[in-house]
Amino acid sequence: MLDIQKLKVVYGTGRLRVDAVKDVSFHVGAGESYGLVGESGSGKSTVLRAICGLAPISGGRVLVDGKEVKDPRDKAFYRTVQMVFQDPYASLHPRHTVDRTLSEPLAIHGEKDVEARILQALREVGLGPSFRFRYPHQLSGGQRQRIAIARALILRPKVLLLDEPTSALDASVQAEILNLLDELRRKMGLTYILVSHDLAVVAHLCDRLLVMRHGEGVEETTAASLRSGKASNAYTQELIEASRGFSRDETKAASATAP
Amino acid sequence: MTKPLLEVEDLRVRFHLRTGTVEAVRGVSFQLGRERLGIVGESGSGKSQTGRAILGLTPPPGEVTAKRLTFDGIDLLTASTKTLRQLRGGRISMVMQDPKYSLNPVMTIGEQIIEAYQAHDKSANRKEARDRALAMLEAVKMRDPGRVFALYPHEVSGGMGQRAMIAMMLVTEPDLLIADEPTSALDVTVSMEVLRILDELVAERGMSLIFISHDLKLVSSFCDRVLVMYAGRVVEELEAKHLREAKHPYTQGLMRCLPTLADDVRPLPTLNRDPAWAR
Repeated sequence: MLDIQKLKVVYGTGRLRVDAVKDVSFHVGAGESYGLVGESGSGKSTVLRAICGLAPISGGRVLVDGKEVKDPRDKAFYRTVQMVFQDPYASLHPRHTVDRTLSEPLAIHGEKDVEARILQALREVGLGPSFRFRYPHQLSGGQRQRIAIARALILRPKVLLLDEPTSALDASVQAEILNLLDELRRKMGLTYILVSHDLAVVAHLCDRLLVMRHGEGVEETTAASLRSGKASNAYTQELIEASRGFSRDETKAASATAP
Repeated sequence: MTKPLLEVEDLRVRFHLRTGTVEAVRGVSFQLGRERLGIVGESGSGKSQTGRAILGLTPPPGEVTAKRLTFDGIDLLTASTKTLRQLRGGRISMVMQDPKYSLNPVMTIGEQIIEAYQAHDKSANRKEARDRALAMLEAVKMRDPGRVFALYPHEVSGGMGQRAMIAMMLVTEPDLLIADEPTSALDVTVSMEVLRILDELVAERGMSLIFISHDLKLVSSFCDRVLVMYAGRVVEELEAKHLREAKHPYTQGLMRCLPTLADDVRPLPTLNRDPAWAR
């Protein structure tokens, strides 16, 4: 479904040159859920942004459905690939009602039956029709993220790019959104690429994942081997340990985390 | 236990707004000795407002009332501004969530630490203050204290900024440190490093610590005792090591709804909020 081959993203030139992503390759099959894990600055979000055209592709290829993406992306691309952003407080227009937010992609793509589609989209993300004419400030964080997911799904894409979809939410709300994403994928046969710094979230939602650091893919592994605590790479092992919480008897020097 | 360092009884924080009065903290009571106390809750539970009220940092138009709010025998509610100013940063200090917003962007890190030190020790000359600041930067495991001393906050990473803030807060050797989500803005591996430093310093100097966080797992692994807050009240208080035996459905729900690496539960149990918890 999605093929990333030796993707490079470079910002700036000369002294200001930053290699945000260096030769990252991975393949995601149709209906699969793939995770990208790493710390801030590891380039995991940049990979997503490069796929959907928000960051420049400086080298390598991005193939969707076997075809290389065009620059700028065409309408057909956005019918296949949609993105959900991290912060639902920032990604919804504060002065647009839910109705307007959801009808915009339909208008751009010349879709008919707007009313029915909006109501259906709301139903799919577990919100009733009463939410249709609300403004974002009248919604809670979890409800906003549901609207953002509804907006991404309203064009019936096949691939959903999820950029830290739950990190701005409380733990109990995170559980609701993760369940929703799980259920939607099963029902609609969606393909996910999930970016997160939380190993447990990635292991919950994804089958395979790539650990990234300093713009490079460190290790490709599976959720199953994460769960059993097996990692061939020292950095992945460190992430696994850190996700278990603070431990006092840990004597290991923090030197491995330094750049 | 000897006389507690901090006593809080029936603490209430109210905000009188145009749309009515919002009570953010509704009758919180606890005592703190030489220990690490965790306060956990979701956003809006009043955990941060509790921490701020102790320091007298409730933003206007907030109103703080309590039957008792004393620090080492000093009544914090009736204390003069001058006394409060000496306590704040001197004997009680606070580490905020995000170093990006809490450090002065136009002052070098070293100058900020010196300023904090000299504000509370008026007799200290510049040379002494500088030595103390450098020693403190070393204590928070900065690799090259001399270099970091001369850097501006935008020139350091999040983890370094947070360590610099811890250095600044501990340079006056306070008796009580309030840490409000000190690691939420940091990456997991970096936050473990910051916590380890914080843990060492707290143990070394025999400080009391109030650790405010939304992360139940983290708090229970770091603190001795945990208060769980919901809608402005403490719904449960328990020893951190007995967290597994939590009685309140909210605490249990909070623990269960987190995905873990250890086992694969799906769908994840969600929290059914019982209006009775908020009363």
